[in-house]
Amino acid sequence: MDQPSPAAGINPPMAMLAELTHRCPLACPYCSNPLELKQQANELSTGDWVRVLGEAAALGVLHVHFSGGEPASRRDLVDLTKAASEIDLYTNLITSGIGLTERRMNDLVQAGLEHVQLSIQGTDAAEADHVAGYKGGHSRKMDVARWVRSHDLPLTINAVCHRQNIDHLQRTIDLSVQLGAQRLEVATVQFHGWAARNRAALMPTRQQDAEARRIVVAAREQLKGVLVIDYVPADYHATYPKACMGGWGRIGLNVDPTGRVLPCHAAESIDGLEFDNVRDKPLADIWCSGEAFNAFRGFDWMEEPCRSCERKAIDFGGCRCQAMAMAGNARATDPVCSKSPMHASLLDTVAELETGSSPPPLVYRGR
Amino acid sequence: MTEKTQVLDANQRPSLPRGVRLRRDEVRGRTVLLSPERTMALEETAIAIVSRIDGRRTLAEIIDGLAADYKAPRDVIAVDVEAFLQQLLERRMLEVSG
Repeated sequence: MDQPSPAAGINPPMAMLAELTHRCPLACPYCSNPLELKQQANELSTGDWVRVLGEAAALGVLHVHFSGGEPASRRDLVDLTKAASEIDLYTNLITSGIGLTERRMNDLVQAGLEHVQLSIQGTDAAEADHVAGYKGGHSRKMDVARWVRSHDLPLTINAVCHRQNIDHLQRTIDLSVQLGAQRLEVATVQFHGWAARNRAALMPTRQQDAEARRIVVAAREQLKGVLVIDYVPADYHATYPKACMGGWGRIGLNVDPTGRVLPCHAAESIDGLEFDNVRDKPLADIWCSGEAFNAFRGFDWMEEPCRSCERKAIDFGGCRCQAMAMAGNARATDPVCSKSPMHASLLDTVAELETGSSPPPLVYRGR
Repeated sequence: MTEKTQVLDANQRPSLPRGVRLRRDEVRGRTVLLSPERTMALEETAIAIVSRIDGRRTLAEIIDGLAADYKAPRDVIAVDVEAFLQQLLERRMLEVSG
């Protein structure tokens, strides 16, 4: 088996995000996919993906997350699920629900699917379909949740929250319980990709964030053993940055629809990084010796104040993509960190966004 | 509310819900309990507990079996087992019936 050398101090990855396609019927204004979407003609074939799944399992990956775009837009989703399941990978489907039918869900479960993470864009059809830019979407999602639970499969509801819906958090929690979900992930929009264009319309206010935290704390207590709630606040409001990806090249990897292997979802926003492709090299080589994976692995790449910071092994300097986007330097301290020299100007920006009494209209992806 | 918070009772029969499973992680030479987006590395005692969770044995029987196999005081085993299973329950990684 081709294993990373322990001498190199590189642990094998735990999880692989398989971005099967960038195609998606929805048009969410906070889409985290790159501005330039990969074309269908350049997508990896079924055979390529089956090989990559095998390489991932041999390398130490335990969880595979089928994602996109909308992974159900791939006609071979059932075959890929079966291939992953046969080599004992834990299979998770991250879906908007659009493109699934009751029959296809049966086939996925037969193929060994173990968990579904279903996104919702709101708690009722009017609100949700407005955000997703897709009429009838919400109603289909409710069907999908029912089908998942009819197979007794665990269900996670994923609700991206933002300025325009965060006040409905309690309804989101109630809906998740009604749908029989085990877990609710409420993540504030990450301002990468398309979402960066809509930042002013989507950034929750500090007050909204405080109220959301209060609701989550109360609901966690009330729903112990029923619903696990993960709340990811906007890191703009935090004192320290998030440990993005649990550290660069430490825990997980993403394979994009064309086979390029990325240390994180948004990594191609960083200038000058070269990404290897599973069409050219074995996944183990890419993980262990790929330039992009080693660019920010460990601590040697860090600049001050990260380099001498006592938190560097906790948050790894935060998000490289955010450092690139705001500081213009991917090695800089994530500007959301209170120790960043840019932090003060970031706070000014946040305050400015909050004073706008009516946020600007949303700009929809592909519309 | 569709379900109530559950508290373990000696006569209940714990089982692993669908989507939670034990597997050998050969690459890292360990055994893990997999669940949605979570990997829990198990030590020998935890493996022994999880291996006995089959939806047929009651909690009391699981504790009896472990106490016998490990030749350890039953009350000591009981504390460990209940604490571990309660943790799984709260993370929705365990079901109980009966």
